[in-house]
Amino acid sequence: MAGTLAEKVWEAHLVRRGEGGSPDLLYIDLHLVHEVTSPQAFEGLRLAGRQVRRPDLTIATEDHNTPTLDIDRPIADVTSRTQIETLRANAREFGVRLHSLGDADQGIVHQVGPQLGLTMPGLTVVCGDSHTSTHGAFGALAFGIGTSEVEHVLATQTLPLAPFKTMAITVNGTLPAGTTSKDIILAIIAKIGTGGGQGYVLEYRGEAIRALSMEARMTICNMSIEAGARAGMIAPDETTFEYLKGRPHAPEGEDWDAAIEYWKTLRTDDDAEFDAEVVLEAADLEPFVTWGTNPGQGLPLSASVPVPADIADEGDRETAAKALEYMGLVPGTPLRDIPVDTVFIGSCTNGRIEDLRSVAKVIKGRKKAGSVRVLVVPSSARVRLQAEAEGLDVIFKEFGAEWRNAGCSMCLGMNPDQLAPGERSASTSNRNFEGRQGKGGRTHLVSPLVAAATAIRGTLSSVADLDLPHEIDITTFDGTPLDGVGASPLGESVVDLPIPVAIGSAPGGSAGQPALR
Amino acid sequence: MEKIHTHTGVGVPLRRSNVDTDQIIPAVYLKRVTRTGFEDALFAAWRGDPSFVLNQEAYSTGSVLVAGPDFGTGSSREHAVWALKDYGFRVVLSSRFADIFRGNSGKQGLVTGIVSPEDIEILWKILETKPGTEVTVDLEAKTATADDVTVPFQIDDYTRWRLMEGLDDIGLTLQQEEKITAFEETRASWRPKTLPARHLPSVEIEAARPV
Ligand code: SF4
Repeated sequence: MAGTLAEKVWEAHLVRRGEGGSPDLLYIDLHLVHEVTSPQAFEGLRLAGRQVRRPDLTIATEDHNTPTLDIDRPIADVTSRTQIETLRANAREFGVRLHSLGDADQGIVHQVGPQLGLTMPGLTVVCGDSHTSTHGAFGALAFGIGTSEVEHVLATQTLPLAPFKTMAITVNGTLPAGTTSKDIILAIIAKIGTGGGQGYVLEYRGEAIRALSMEARMTICNMSIEAGARAGMIAPDETTFEYLKGRPHAPEGEDWDAAIEYWKTLRTDDDAEFDAEVVLEAADLEPFVTWGTNPGQGLPLSASVPVPADIADEGDRETAAKALEYMGLVPGTPLRDIPVDTVFIGSCTNGRIEDLRSVAKVIKGRKKAGSVRVLVVPSSARVRLQAEAEGLDVIFKEFGAEWRNAGCSMCLGMNPDQLAPGERSASTSNRNFEGRQGKGGRTHLVSPLVAAATAIRGTLSSVADLDLPHEIDITTFDGTPLDGVGASPLGESVVDLPIPVAIGSAPGGSAGQPALR
Repeated sequence: MEKIHTHTGVGVPLRRSNVDTDQIIPAVYLKRVTRTGFEDALFAAWRGDPSFVLNQEAYSTGSVLVAGPDFGTGSSREHAVWALKDYGFRVVLSSRFADIFRGNSGKQGLVTGIVSPEDIEILWKILETKPGTEVTVDLEAKTATADDVTVPFQIDDYTRWRLMEGLDDIGLTLQQEEKITAFEETRASWRPKTLPARHLPSVEIEAARPV
């Protein structure tokens, strides 16, 4: 029978088909864990006297509330410290691999899976974080789950899941220079709305998607959830295989060949049908920014702040008026005239090496606008190391930006990296909800290129607004390394570490890990 | 988990759409590591406003929340359900819920009933004209009654059965133990394992300092 990519992956994981309205039971290939949504799940296991069924399919990292400064000193915030200490204790007790703060493999959970080569095509991936959809970029079926589901997967390595509908989102043509995959996804969400994907697994297709790098694909899948979708996927291809090959956990030898053979079958059959279809023309896209308090409230940068009175639908009008009040924006103001206080470059949406490279290309040799605070937070410690190996940190510092350690940081403001009340940011993250980046903070979601241009001019801007020296080719802002810089991955050899638990986080310290903080 | 057939309690009209989980419980409260005691965190940003519905005495003991569309969007945090339950809510009625929130609710014994926008409006009017009115939610009949008005709601059969039987999720799944083991035996060897752990050589990470 003809099937879509999502249906094929689903079928391959069926432990038991649901009967009489009960959901299907699916096997989970990879379970990612972090400090915020796991404590109560482990507590639940303990209370019920249960074990982690498959520690070898589970991996944990510290990211949501880790500091990005002074990471070798005790964490000042008591509750953050408690969560992290709880994760470390749980990892030890239940035998789960953990990459702690200060470890070279620590980072945002959605960066850690792909960079270790654990995220692969055709897997089911879950994590107690809604942006788990990121992993769909590899052709995996990846869902965000709640804490009781985290407990369920820990205990059973399966998850009962209600059936989904499929939606094809086709992006035709070629992306104009100065636009990125972030602009694609912001435009999609503005088009279908924050509830438009509800109940669906989205599959992104078309020429513009195929042309994207793996990291750019991750940005798109990452934000599927902001359209309300269960998950987002992109069929694997040579770009995917190329990204995976040689990564620490990528299959080797015969396993690699078998995997490739299977992965090539992971595409939607020509005669398969989607429940819904959306089509976009890449050529029509411009840099996109949000003006409101949900990711669907976005417009091309050349537009102006909407005038609520002009909005026909009553609900939308009220929501827009409330959003503008919170955002402190005057209807009709050109978006380009909006000044920002902070530029945040980071998160699991846009904190990867290619994002940092494209920012560095734009800002190289310039100074940030005087009053703007610029935070650059790599998505993982490895990304930070890679950026340093390429000299990007120097470019950021000379620009006047702060170069931080890895973590979620100002994406959700659980650590000290927060907006003050009324402070306005241009942020490469994924959510502009009220108070997301700090109580009373005002967030404009943007691409890394817009973030860079905004940091230079001080108001929301695109690279087209900059007087770039004409020898700079705007089409090269695509995440490729800067001229004269090798992009070779750090270190050639992969190390087998037979330590089963809490790598680098045992009390007293192992593998050069600072003691528990 | 407690079995629920019917529930009767004070109805609370929440005239807001798109109430996301950051609004139900702000991220700052997620740092706790326990499973209970989140009642103070519910709608924290609004609780300081004296005109907010839960700050009005008649509604303060509410247990049936009647909300606008797209309730529970945003982050997957289950704390949103705990906060609602810890405050005393047993039922949320809305014309549309975010999937993850609805899934989380069913597992924790919080009833989420989908009511048409017109009927939500009717319920709001009743609850606003007569603050403190009780709403009776009948899972068997799939209806909610306030005063002399009864409106139908939708809930999927499986979740409804679970709520009525008070069944724990993990226990249910573990009845399939043999099937799970059989599935594991067929798992292809290229599929990843996190252990033994493989990674690039460990490198010391320099700590960034304030500038
Ligand atoms: S960076 Fe933001 S969205 Fe991504 S995992 Fe962290 S908090 Fe969630």
